[in-house]
Amino acid sequence: MSLTTAEVAKVAVLARLRLSPDELGPFTSQLNAIVNYVAQLQELDTTGVEPLAHGVDVRNVFRDDVRGPSLEREQALANAPRRNQTGFLVPAVLD
Amino acid sequence: MSQVADTALTLLERLKTGETTAEEVASRLLARAETLRALNVFVHLDGDRVLEQARAIDARRKAGQPVGPLAGVPVAIKDLLCVEGEPTTCGSKMLAGFRPPYDATVISRLKAAGAVLFGKCNMDEFAMGSSTENSAYGPTLNPWDQERVPGGSSGGSAAAVAADLSPLSLGSDTGGSIRQPAAVCGVVGLKPTYGRVSRYGLIAFASSLDQIGPFAHDLRDTALLLGVISGKDPKDATSVDAPVPDYLATLDQPPARLRVGVVREFSGEGLDPEVGAAIEEAVRVYQRAGATIVDISLPHTRYGVPAYYLVAPAECSSNLARYDGTTYGHRATDFSPKYPGEENLPPLLRMMMASRSEGFGAEVKRRIMLGTFALSAGYADQYYNKALQVRRRIREDFDAAFEKVDVLIGPTSPTPAFKLGERTANPLAMYLSDIYTITANLAGIPGLSIPCGLTKAGLPIGLQLLAPAFAEQSLLQIARVFENATDWHTRRPSLS
Repeated sequence: MSLTTAEVAKVAVLARLRLSPDELGPFTSQLNAIVNYVAQLQELDTTGVEPLAHGVDVRNVFRDDVRGPSLEREQALANAPRRNQTGFLVPAVLD
Repeated sequence: MSQVADTALTLLERLKTGETTAEEVASRLLARAETLRALNVFVHLDGDRVLEQARAIDARRKAGQPVGPLAGVPVAIKDLLCVEGEPTTCGSKMLAGFRPPYDATVISRLKAAGAVLFGKCNMDEFAMGSSTENSAYGPTLNPWDQERVPGGSSGGSAAAVAADLSPLSLGSDTGGSIRQPAAVCGVVGLKPTYGRVSRYGLIAFASSLDQIGPFAHDLRDTALLLGVISGKDPKDATSVDAPVPDYLATLDQPPARLRVGVVREFSGEGLDPEVGAAIEEAVRVYQRAGATIVDISLPHTRYGVPAYYLVAPAECSSNLARYDGTTYGHRATDFSPKYPGEENLPPLLRMMMASRSEGFGAEVKRRIMLGTFALSAGYADQYYNKALQVRRRIREDFDAAFEKVDVLIGPTSPTPAFKLGERTANPLAMYLSDIYTITANLAGIPGLSIPCGLTKAGLPIGLQLLAPAFAEQSLLQIARVFENATDWHTRRPSLS
C-alpha cells in the first residue's frame, strides 16, 4: 500500500490542515514509511477476535441528569481568539 | 544542596517539626530553577504564585489548622494538565496564551492535599514524542548529560525531579511517556492502571491510552503521590470505582507472593548491551531476595508499536479536531487562499486549516493525518479495526502471563538517553524508543520504571515492572524489594 501525494492532499483537507506544495512530498514519504511499518499487523490472523477499544471493564456509564453549575459566559469567552460581548466570532459560514 | 535534594517525605518531616517552612523550600527551589534555567525544564514558572501558595500553607500550619498529606511540598506539573488561570500550552504554539477556566481533577486533589504547584513542565507537543524535542518551546536537556534528551513526552517532569527542582512531579503516559523519561533521567515513574486516576482536565491525546502518574526519587514518595491522585471521579466516566489502598503505609509489607516473570521479547534486537546487563543484574537481585524467576513469553509484543501507531493517531485525529481557531487556541490572521484549490474552500474552513497549520508542529500533523487516513472510508477495517483486534491479543498475552507471575520485568527503554537531534529526522526510529512500554498502555495495565544502574558513561538505566490491572499496591511492594537491595535511587546528576 502506498499513498500518493494526491491522496495525502485529500487527507490533509479532511484533517483540516493546510499543507504547502513543498510540505506534501516529505509528509507523503514519512506517512508511507509508517503505513508500511504498521502493515505488518496483516501477518496476524485475527479472524473472530473481538476488537478491544480500551483496557478496563467499564461499559455505558450513566449519571442522573441533574443540572449543575456551568462556566460563566465571561469565563467561557475568555480564551476566544475573536469575540464580542456575547459570543465567538468566526468568518462567514456561508458565502 | 543537601537540603534541596530532600525527598517529599523527608521534607514533610522537616516541615512538621518546624525546621523549615514551605516558603523557605519554595524560595530555595525557585533560586535553583533560575540557576538551572539552561535545562529548559519549565514552560511556565510564576515565582509569586508559588510563594503565595507556600505562605498560605505555612499560615495554616502555624495556626494549627489541619493540613493535607502534601502540605508545603512542591509538585511540578506537566503542561497538559489544566490549572485554573495558569498558562497551559501542551508544548504547542496552538495553546500559547491559553489559560484554562477550571482545574484538572488531579490538580484539585493536589491543592486539597496542600501541595505547592511548582510550575508547568516542558513536554513534546500534545504528548507526541519520546524526547521532548517536539516542544514548541525548545527541548529540555537531560540533567545527567546536557547533550542528551530527557526522554519524553514528559521530559520536563522527569528532569524536574532528576535535577532536584521539585521532589515530585506529575506526567502523563500514553505509550511510555512517564516510564521512558523516568528511566533515562534516573528517577521513579509510574503509569497507573487505566481508570485509576481521573483524566478530567488532562488535555486529551489518545483517550483510551492516556493516564496521569507520578514522578519521584523513590518508591515511598511515589506511593504518597499516587495515593493523593487516585480514585473515582464523577467527571471522568472511565475512572474506576475501586478501593484506593494506602500505598505508602503498605509499601514495606513484604509482597504476598514474589513470582517474577522475565519477558523474553524484552531482550531482542536493538537492546543496548549495558542496559541488558543491568536488567540481568536486576533479575539476580530478585533471585537473591528469594523470588521465583519465571521465563515468560509475550508473543504479540512486536505488534505493540504498529498497533499503537494506528490506535493513538486515530484517537488523536479526533481529539485534536477541537483546535480549529474558533473558541480558544491559535487563530491565523491571514487565511486568504494561498495554494492551488483553496479558492474553492469557504472562508471558515480556510480559517480552520490555516490556524491548525500554523499552530501544530510536524509530528502532530503527521499523526493527525495518519489517524484521519486510518479511520477514513475504505481503510478503517484494514487498519483501525485490525489494530483493535491485535490489541485484544496483546491484552490476552498479559492475562496469560499474570496467571503465572505477579510482576513482569525488563528494560524500560532499549537504550540510555540518546543525543539531541539523533532521532528527529526519522519518525519511526523515534517510535521504537517506546517498544517495551507501549503494550502496557494498549492493555491498560500499570507500569513502573525504577533506577537500576548507570552506564559507563554515567547515564541512568531504568528497570520496568508491569503488573495486572489495579495491582499498584503489590507492584510497588515488589519494586521496593529491589529498591531496598540497591542504592541506585539515591544517585544524583552532578549539577552546579
